[in-house]
Amino acid sequence: MIPARFEYHRPSDVSAALAILTEHGDDARVLAGGHSLIPMMKLRMAAIEHLIDLQDIAELKGISVDGGTITIGAMTTQHELIDNADLAKAAPILREAALQIADPQVRYVGTVGGNVANGDPGNDMPGLMQCLGATFHLVGPGGTRDVAARDYYEAAYMTDREDDEILVSVSFPVPEGGYAYEKQKRKIGDYATAACAVQVTMAGGSCTAASIAMTNLSDTPIWSKDAGAVLVGTDCGPGAIGAAVDAAVAAIDPTEDNRGPVEFKKHVAGVVIRRAIERAISRA
Amino acid sequence: MAKQHYTLTVNGEQRDVLCEPRELLIHTLREQLDITGPHVGCETSHCGACTVEINGKSVKSCTVFTAQANGADVTTIEGLGSPDGLHVLQEKFREHHGLQCGYCTPGMITRAHRLLQENPNPTEEEVRFGIAGNLCRCTGYQNIVKSILAAAAEMNAAKEAAE
Ligand SMILES: Cc1cc2nc3c(=O)[nH]c(=O)nc-3n(C[C@H](O)[C@H](O)[C@H](O)COP(=O)(O)OP(=O)(O)OC[C@H]3O[C@@H](n4cnc5c(N)ncnc54)[C@H](O)[C@@H]3O)c2cc1C
Ligand code: FES
Ligand code: FES
Repeated sequence: MIPARFEYHRPSDVSAALAILTEHGDDARVLAGGHSLIPMMKLRMAAIEHLIDLQDIAELKGISVDGGTITIGAMTTQHELIDNADLAKAAPILREAALQIADPQVRYVGTVGGNVANGDPGNDMPGLMQCLGATFHLVGPGGTRDVAARDYYEAAYMTDREDDEILVSVSFPVPEGGYAYEKQKRKIGDYATAACAVQVTMAGGSCTAASIAMTNLSDTPIWSKDAGAVLVGTDCGPGAIGAAVDAAVAAIDPTEDNRGPVEFKKHVAGVVIRRAIERAISRA
Repeated sequence: MAKQHYTLTVNGEQRDVLCEPRELLIHTLREQLDITGPHVGCETSHCGACTVEINGKSVKSCTVFTAQANGADVTTIEGLGSPDGLHVLQEKFREHHGLQCGYCTPGMITRAHRLLQENPNPTEEEVRFGIAGNLCRCTGYQNIVKSILAAAAEMNAAKEAAE
């Protein structure tokens, strides 16, 4: 399994990376941790003439929890997310989700930027970012641009990012209340059969805000505005939870594949979404 | 792209290699440097037989280009112990039958080594979670877990004795 030939570039800042991207157009592709891209290149499903390794670009690294905002550089690895005590305190859902991604080896190198930019419906971070209401910060030859995570995904491997843009970081408000990332997979290290991210806030026994997003249940992540809205104003009792699960399941459109037929996936989705909502409420 | 010169530190020794950027690290190690401890199992990033350490991280060397490791510090099973001086993990794998065919073992031990650096006193569950990226088709994992826990205990005892 040897990929096709390519030229390898390792720029040390974003402007140098952008210059190479601009020069070679869609013959060029950036490389982060490589754990989605290199397998595709080995299968020759991705043919890339110019590979731009981002590992030396310091501007793309780091995690900051500043006031009410969390910013994570695109080249931050899943392992670094899991290991960051400030982040675990400010947004524990990230650690809970990252621990369910792949296996230790993959988490040491797989990056947040690669995970959200990739556009594979199986990736776990996109749904999570939609749940958190994150913003993606892109830079291209024309300058910088912000896109809401909820507007970024168009179809499998199709995103709002232009070929000559680089994802610099993701940011989101420090989440409040209870949280859960629940994932059903066939074995450890597998992509989700169904997964769900939930944040819920309660005040005086009543739900004041709820955000629910799902992974690998459509050709993009799905944030269900309706499912969240159904919970708000209720006591989050069994009736309200059931209605929220129904609303979330109504928003998905799974396809049959080696993880099962559509019926099965909808069933699993219902179970996973319910568990996520219940766990988030129990922590709110 | 023509062949390029890359320099890696492998098991403490500086090694210069000449290869195309598309060459995977596992092939450079095995075929150019004759470091055949890391194995090719699946070649699809799933089995962990090719696990090496790059700058203190466990990595599947079938999913890294040698070009990416240019300038990096690489440790393989050969860097942990030798036939005359086995690493504690190797001793314990022998003692507790942590291997049968041995195909997964270099990757397994290299991974376990990093795990114990980060978590010197793991629970059984933490060991299982920590080696989840390494598949073994023979042992059923029980004895691998025992071996790693025994190595942790011995390493901790040695550390205490030294203090
Ligand atoms: C065995 C295995 C199991 C896995 N299981 C899971 C799982 O359960 N859940 C999960 O979410 N993922 C899983 N993954 C994928 C893994 O998390 C990847 O590492 C991740 O999807 C991509 O991150 P990367 O840094 O490796 O990106 P790369 O592979 O380097 O890049 C992926 C894509 O994103 C683009 N890209 C990367 N960075 C940027 C940037 N800054 N700006 C613009 N474009 C960029 C690249 O050009 C490429 O097209 C698994 C991978 C393996 C090998
Ligand atoms: S050979 Fe690299 S993971 Fe299997
Ligand atoms: S001992 Fe045979 S694969 Fe592990």
